[in-house]
Amino acid sequence: MNAALAPTPAPHDMGGPAQPLLIVRDLKKHFPVRSSPLDRERKFVHAVDGVNFSVPKGKTLGIVGESGCGKSTTARLVARLMPADAGELIFDGEGVEEFRGLRLKEFRRNLQMVFQDSFASLNPRLTIAETIAYGPRVHGIARADHQARELLDRVGLDPSHFAGRYPHELSGGQRQRVNIARALAFDPRLVILDEAVAALDKSVQAQVLNLLQELKAERQLTYLFISHDLHVVHYLSDYVMVMYLGQVIESGPVERIYGHPAHPYTRALLSAVPSMDPEHRTQASPLAGDPPNPINPPSGCRFRDRCPHAHAVCASATPALRDMGRHSEHLAACHLNDPASGHPEAHQEQRP
Amino acid sequence: MSAPLVSIQDLTVQFHGARRASALNQVSLELGQGEVLGLLGESGSGKSVTLRTLLRLHPERHTRTAGRIRVDGQDVLALRGRELDRYRGGTVSMVFQEPGLAFDPVYTIGQQISEAVRVHEGVDQATAAARALAMLERVQIPQARRRFDAYPHELSGGMRQRAMIALALACKPKLLLADEPTTALDATVQIQILLLLRELQRETGMSVIFVTHDIGAAVEVADRIAVMYAGRIVEQGPVGQLVHQPCHPYTRGLLAATVGHEHRGRPLEAIPGSPPDLAALPPGCSFAPRCSHASERCHRDIPPLEQQGARTLACWHPVRLLGEAA
Repeated sequence: MNAALAPTPAPHDMGGPAQPLLIVRDLKKHFPVRSSPLDRERKFVHAVDGVNFSVPKGKTLGIVGESGCGKSTTARLVARLMPADAGELIFDGEGVEEFRGLRLKEFRRNLQMVFQDSFASLNPRLTIAETIAYGPRVHGIARADHQARELLDRVGLDPSHFAGRYPHELSGGQRQRVNIARALAFDPRLVILDEAVAALDKSVQAQVLNLLQELKAERQLTYLFISHDLHVVHYLSDYVMVMYLGQVIESGPVERIYGHPAHPYTRALLSAVPSMDPEHRTQASPLAGDPPNPINPPSGCRFRDRCPHAHAVCASATPALRDMGRHSEHLAACHLNDPASGHPEAHQEQRP
Repeated sequence: MSAPLVSIQDLTVQFHGARRASALNQVSLELGQGEVLGLLGESGSGKSVTLRTLLRLHPERHTRTAGRIRVDGQDVLALRGRELDRYRGGTVSMVFQEPGLAFDPVYTIGQQISEAVRVHEGVDQATAAARALAMLERVQIPQARRRFDAYPHELSGGMRQRAMIALALACKPKLLLADEPTTALDATVQIQILLLLRELQRETGMSVIFVTHDIGAAVEVADRIAVMYAGRIVEQGPVGQLVHQPCHPYTRGLLAATVGHEHRGRPLEAIPGSPPDLAALPPGCSFAPRCSHASERCHRDIPPLEQQGARTLACWHPVRLLGEAA
């Protein structure tokens, strides 16, 4: 049968359980900065600069970092909403857009995205049932309307009540449920949640987080969860990746990152969270200044001008991501963790 | 305690444009000299409306305001003309959530701060500029002299918020209103701004009303927290007591729904439903439709605000009684 003529069912689990659902290799994106024609050099924003990661099947990878660290750009590159300058995507063992690999249209059916702004991401002139059925109809899936009503029901919106409404008639939490339902309409395997709960009120945020957890278990979904809220990432993720100025500086299982952070930046980020205890208020700020400009990142380690442990070697040599000895899944890019780096404070023995 | 700096009694604010909405319903508040009050609530709870009403920022044609507001002995709702100008910025000033929008993009930071000083204190340009520069240094802006001549878009978000605080404090107000000043910032910058606000408050002895939806931020700066829901204050008390022993089911729900490390692997205790439409508030307690403790009486009668010691509560069926909590 010719795949171009008839819609093929979404291929399920080709590579087996050990094959990561998504592998990203050396992803790069530099945006040119508009400058005057007299400038000698063209400048670039190093939005994403050599990012590698993989997401195991059925797990959630959380990406955290300050604004401008490249976490949203990474998501957009993975979803192919913009072309990458360099890098490979491997989806369940198949290269995306490669010779004999997965074609883009098929890849997109397996991957859906939920954005932060629930209003801007819905078409104001379509009712929500039409919005959900739109994508499947374009891909030629029969019974799209029937399925849309089922999905609405699943995300907690009574279809008889809501199907005919327009986005402006819903609250923020309800709109975000519609966005989730739309993302599920293709029965995707990977869902990218880009700050999906950030704009919601706390009481509604908890409802949506619970819904996401239920859906993940029901449909064996894999999430790529991007957030600046460290509590939410801790709650939802199995693995965490910390980004700084377009690079991954630490990644690993969630308990390791939150329990034994190995990079000074991760430690600072974690202690910047308000204490919630009026008797033990935060006394000193763990980091001074704002995140630096990604146009001219510092040489060597990009964190060095805000780092309390910075040393000459940090300016001359770029630390590589290396594992923490006994914890092979826990990676950090810091000279402090490399006894051979020449940093005077480097740990001579691998820390537990 | 001497006479409170701010005293709000039965403040009711209704907007009537295309739709009618009761944004505030019989809100009463008092704030002493040098006290920091955290106003906590979700969107639409009336926390920002309270602040804007304190500065009289709502367009009068579409707003109906009833009740009394006294700040530093002045009847705020009766202020007119020059008196109102002096009051805004002189007695009370405000820090907004989006400093990028609050600053005028075509003037430098320094010009905007010195203008405020000149208008309020009638000093000459050089004195005002020196004051503005001193304020920028005070809010710990690095290379203040260079930033003085910078336009708002040339500063980063955290720096703009510091400049906004410098502008607000330039005329030594007695009351600072902070409307979600850290919501748009990264966590690492947020904590810097919170610490700065705390430090400046201690130095100047001003009173602060700090509006936020983030309990963590409120706990970092506030002495006392008032929780708002659908235009009413439902619970109020010293920050420690309120966080550790909430009495109102909404406060308790809000605390339980705030994600912490201890929640991993368990579903969160979410409050069902969503906040009510301010155009059609339920007849009784506004929280009753979402409350698991609600009885028939809750749906019928609005619970009165009871006071015991430093705490107040408006609930027919509190999770714990005020007396037990203290």
